[in-house]
Amino acid sequence: MAGLGQTLGRAATWPLTLAARAVDPPLRAWQRRTGTGGMAAVFLAPNLLIFSVFVLVPLVLNFAYSMTGGTGILLGQRPFVGAEQYARLLECQDYTRPITCREDQFWTAVGNTAQFVIFQVSLMVVVSLITALILNRDIRGRSFFRAVFFFPVLLSPVVVGLIWRWILQRQGLLNLIMVKLGLEPEVWLNDRVYAFAATIGVSTWAHMGFYTLILLAGLQAIPRDLYEAAEMDATPPGRVFWRITLPLLGPNLAVVLVLALIRGVQIFDEAYVLTGGGPGTSTLYLTQYIYESGFASLLREPGLAAAASILMGAVLVVLTLIQLWLSRRAEGRKAR
Amino acid sequence: MKFTKTALAALAVAGLGTMAAAQTEIRVMWYSDGVEGEVMQDLLSRFEEMHPDIHVVLDNVAYQVTQEQLPVLLESGQGPDIARVAGVLKSASEHWLDLRPYVADADYWDANFGNRYDWMRPDGSDKMPGFMTQLTLTGGFANKTLFDQAGVPLPGEGATWDDWIAASKAVMESQGLPAAFAIDRSGHRISGPNASYGANYIAADGMPAPVDDGTMDFVARLVDWTNEGLMLPEVWVSAAGTTYRAAADDFINAQIPFYYSGSWQVANLSTKIGDAFDWVATGSPCGTAGCSGLAGGAGLVAIKYTQHPEEVAMVMDYLASEPVLREFTERTLFLPAHNGVVAAGGLNFQSDDPNVPPALAKFVAASGETLPLADALPAWKWSNAYYGALVTRVSQVMAGEISLDEARTLMDQDIADQVAAAAQ
Repeated sequence: MAGLGQTLGRAATWPLTLAARAVDPPLRAWQRRTGTGGMAAVFLAPNLLIFSVFVLVPLVLNFAYSMTGGTGILLGQRPFVGAEQYARLLECQDYTRPITCREDQFWTAVGNTAQFVIFQVSLMVVVSLITALILNRDIRGRSFFRAVFFFPVLLSPVVVGLIWRWILQRQGLLNLIMVKLGLEPEVWLNDRVYAFAATIGVSTWAHMGFYTLILLAGLQAIPRDLYEAAEMDATPPGRVFWRITLPLLGPNLAVVLVLALIRGVQIFDEAYVLTGGGPGTSTLYLTQYIYESGFASLLREPGLAAAASILMGAVLVVLTLIQLWLSRRAEGRKAR
Repeated sequence: MKFTKTALAALAVAGLGTMAAAQTEIRVMWYSDGVEGEVMQDLLSRFEEMHPDIHVVLDNVAYQVTQEQLPVLLESGQGPDIARVAGVLKSASEHWLDLRPYVADADYWDANFGNRYDWMRPDGSDKMPGFMTQLTLTGGFANKTLFDQAGVPLPGEGATWDDWIAASKAVMESQGLPAAFAIDRSGHRISGPNASYGANYIAADGMPAPVDDGTMDFVARLVDWTNEGLMLPEVWVSAAGTTYRAAADDFINAQIPFYYSGSWQVANLSTKIGDAFDWVATGSPCGTAGCSGLAGGAGLVAIKYTQHPEEVAMVMDYLASEPVLREFTERTLFLPAHNGVVAAGGLNFQSDDPNVPPALAKFVAASGETLPLADALPAWKWSNAYYGALVTRVSQVMAGEISLDEARTLMDQDIADQVAAAAQ
């Protein structure tokens, strides 16, 4: 039986072995000429090529589009207008009142996105942390609950949006339950506060499994002997949490915070399907504004959409730099 | 024996492959409001039987795809060979193929479809871009059963929007409904009513005119009705931007007694309502200037990036032929757009639903009441700029974000921005 297994294993890896043998001589020759530094370039090249085609080139193209005007799609058909699209987006008499801005919907979207990020990220971190703490305990059915909390992460955002839309709409599940309980039904998605809260709640529900997993990994990496020592000293549980768990979970929390921030700024699919940006523009977020300006409005303005996405990209770059800085600082502390 | 069987099978496969290779594939992008996708598939199957060298693939897509994705494809020189479009019929017209050199009988096309070419070609162009598969007219539908149950008579000829909303309100209150009426979330849909209140969108030079008192008159009513809880708020309020939302499902589910949409809903309502309740088409309620709906329709156009213009023209010739278009009209319950079919009359609409014939007759009668603005809009280049600004800003007023005066200023600004962007 073992012989059969080995034969099958060899058969499965045979093409790889053959390919490795084929590339071995030229790679050895290359290494002799360039040293190990040259080999790094060879191994990085395929990934760099894919990254260039799907990220760098579109990024450059997007920037080029942001410097053009008109309604055409092809870059060659679009006139160069310099920074006009940026000026249009940033032209404002009073930034706290979007209606005084030339592109009022852009500033409405900026304001909505900022509020969303503040509330959603706070909620996400707290809920993920609580869930991770519970799932880290020795409770009955722990594996089942871990799978349950992770399951929404596997769903398509459109499916998530639709499920919750069916729950929250006028003739939805929630109102059905309320009527059964003798309560007045509510048009949840037609109320500014409820709709905004719904986008926060639904996106937290959809993604918390991912962040819970990161925190759970962090919790499991905390040495058990620290807890045993605290137990021997009869340290109260609250003090254990604040003095042992939270400080040692710091690096994971920083990652969760920054990833959730980035994802929060990019919010689109679930919210778009759930509320369509309404009521009015109360859940119009930046990505929807970009999508509508560039693709979905009756007369498209790709230049304006590209400029808005560059500005959003700049915010994301800042957030990513913060993440890098926090990670390095955490690594530095660990090293000390 | 085994060898012979294998050899025959190989030959058969090779033969099929050769046949497939010899076939020209024509792709048609098609959206449906009702049953027309099934009817079109049936008609195309017959075409394929007559032309085994042409394989026509009907790609059924959502209406939104023809509005949002098709224009992007076209701008990059891609797209299907033929498409059925409505909202971008005029705005994307530079991408339509001029069929004149390819069709079998250009005079037949000009005689039967020529009067509406301007709806689907750039201003000043003389190309033959395609044909209207049907005409549409915006208009209302009333749930007669709900009106009867409430003991409220249906408003008669010449009834105004105020009359209709008052009657629908009485039905709503009597029957415990969530709202009295709904209008699809679309600038196109409220432009007929706007015209009825004296609106004019088109300046003397053909460019967009500033938003006028006529437009604001109906818009203000619509906002008031929404604030009073008479118009179903989910349709207009609970979305941002130019997102299209129809309220047909709310009418079909008997949640509203009055629904303003258009003639293309007849087959949809007939199919989905069945005998659940009686419904009637009402035409367009009146305003201060008239009782106008807005004409329009869907056009079948050939795309100029096709690699097979001759075969595309054969498909178009077949679908535009009088017997085929007559059958399409009778089976889809659409208003005919073929002048010969209209002139010949005697259409035998294929429906057992007793609500259908009077509904279609009502729309035909209402088509004589359209005002000049409503007749001009389908061929006007800037219609979409106006529609987009209307739907975006009116929704914001309904949601309490801006005032009517602010909306008026912002609509003028939005339209000016669109004109400026298109001029670059």
